[in-house]
Amino acid sequence: MAVSGLIMLGYLVAHVAGNLKVFFGPEEFNEYAHWLRVMGAPLLHHEWALWLVRIVLLAAVGAHAVSAYQLSRRDIKARPTAYVHRRRRASYATRTMRWGGIILALFIVWHVLDLTTGTVHTGGFEEGRPYQNVVDTFSTWYGNVIYLVAMLAVGLHVRHGFWSAAQTLGVGNARRERLLRGLANGLALALTAGFVSVPVAVMTGVVS
Amino acid sequence: MKLNLRVWRQRNADADGAMATYEVDGISPDMSFLEMLDTLNEELILRGEDPVAFDHDCREGICGACSLVINGDAHGPERTTTCQLHMRSFRDGDTIDVEPWRASAFPVVKDLVVDRSAFDRVIQAGGYISVPTGAAPEAHATPVPKADADSAFEHAECIGCGACVAACPNGSAMLFTSAKVNHLNVLPQGSPERETRVLDMVAQMDAEGFGGCTLTGECATACPKGIPLPSISAMNREWLRARRKAGRG
Ligand code: HEM
Ligand code: SF4
Ligand code: FES
Repeated sequence: MAVSGLIMLGYLVAHVAGNLKVFFGPEEFNEYAHWLRVMGAPLLHHEWALWLVRIVLLAAVGAHAVSAYQLSRRDIKARPTAYVHRRRRASYATRTMRWGGIILALFIVWHVLDLTTGTVHTGGFEEGRPYQNVVDTFSTWYGNVIYLVAMLAVGLHVRHGFWSAAQTLGVGNARRERLLRGLANGLALALTAGFVSVPVAVMTGVVS
Repeated sequence: MKLNLRVWRQRNADADGAMATYEVDGISPDMSFLEMLDTLNEELILRGEDPVAFDHDCREGICGACSLVINGDAHGPERTTTCQLHMRSFRDGDTIDVEPWRASAFPVVKDLVVDRSAFDRVIQAGGYISVPTGAAPEAHATPVPKADADSAFEHAECIGCGACVAACPNGSAMLFTSAKVNHLNVLPQGSPERETRVLDMVAQMDAEGFGGCTLTGECATACPKGIPLPSISAMNREWLRARRKAGRG
């Protein structure tokens, strides 16, 4: 869970940075998307590097989902009888890891169908013109709702996930506790704010 | 004080259990939670009913026998053992729910008593050191840095009560096992078995059917001895190191 999660987290950091290029206008954003396809050229053929990233990501998503399923099964089996007296336990981010993960998995499917393949895209999806595609998506109310919910889920998931991964990998100790919590919160906040800024910018007309 | 108790009653390991309601009167705020249950049991015996079975031994917070989930909290609302919890933590007229530890690795034996021998088997798997028997060794023969001694002592405080497992939503025993592993692994006396200890104890813990750790932190909040949450990360570090040394990744 920790290793596959950190791979995806690394991708998200690169992705949010790329998304923010939308604020520099269509030429720069579209050019950036083009560069993603010629990354590593001329050593690598067209889209090879991109496909390499996609394969690693797909493997990470798969490994993450499978271990989450196995872990959850084991955990539910270990507490077969629930307490009669229930009370709220742990933080919100910690309690929502399972549902948050499911929401994110569904989001990723929709997101790829929306902005990579264009299958569920509304308003004339055009490959090579992601700027217009992004504007189109965020001109629909449901596009905005799906993104905003998913971005909040990302923040919560990363908030607990990053810190938890550090403990699993044995990096945590009493002295680093504040540092790791701070890093987890900072990353979560930066990712959510960065991703959310794009639909908000389209909604307010800053990006059009 | 007059209290409404709702207590888990279960005849034996195979019987179905249920919460039963009792009223107890004449409770002093200075009584411990177990003395309050003693009062209830005296009444039950006088009425010819089966007294409520619960585990206890030292009643001074050092043996780890007492084990009740009180209003959903392992060992109740204060950060101490059930035997050191006093009725002044409750108010007159309160309704109090009393349940056993809940974990598939800790099956209920009767009422509030659970079988914690899974912990004993985890200890047997590596919670010991090999020393030659004979006269006590010279105290200065093996110097231990102060920081290591403190850490070993902090982890040695674990009394094996199982509140960490009871509080964990996953029924995981990571805090207990990490306390036992770290206690011996930081000391020179524990170093001959440093790698096998962590690998074997973790393997035994998994085999007992405890859940996996998702770092919810509930264990360290419930622990009456203040075993800190980062101990789990320290054990993971030891485990990864031992696996590397054993050439298993
Ligand atoms: C408001 C936030 C987001 C925006 C505006 C956005 C935008 C985009 C765009 C335009 C693409 C297509 C890039 C291209 O084909 O050149 C894309 C691809 C992708 N995004 Fe996002 N994204 C956002 C958030 C996220 C989040 C939170 C995740 C993960 C949980 C994510 C995962 C992906 C994935 C997996 C791809 C497919 C990569 C590929 O196969 O080429 N995105 N995104
Ligand atoms: S770690 Fe704490 S809660 Fe767990 S068994 Fe030891 S003393 Fe009890
Ligand atoms: S009875 Fe010994 S610790 Fe509570």
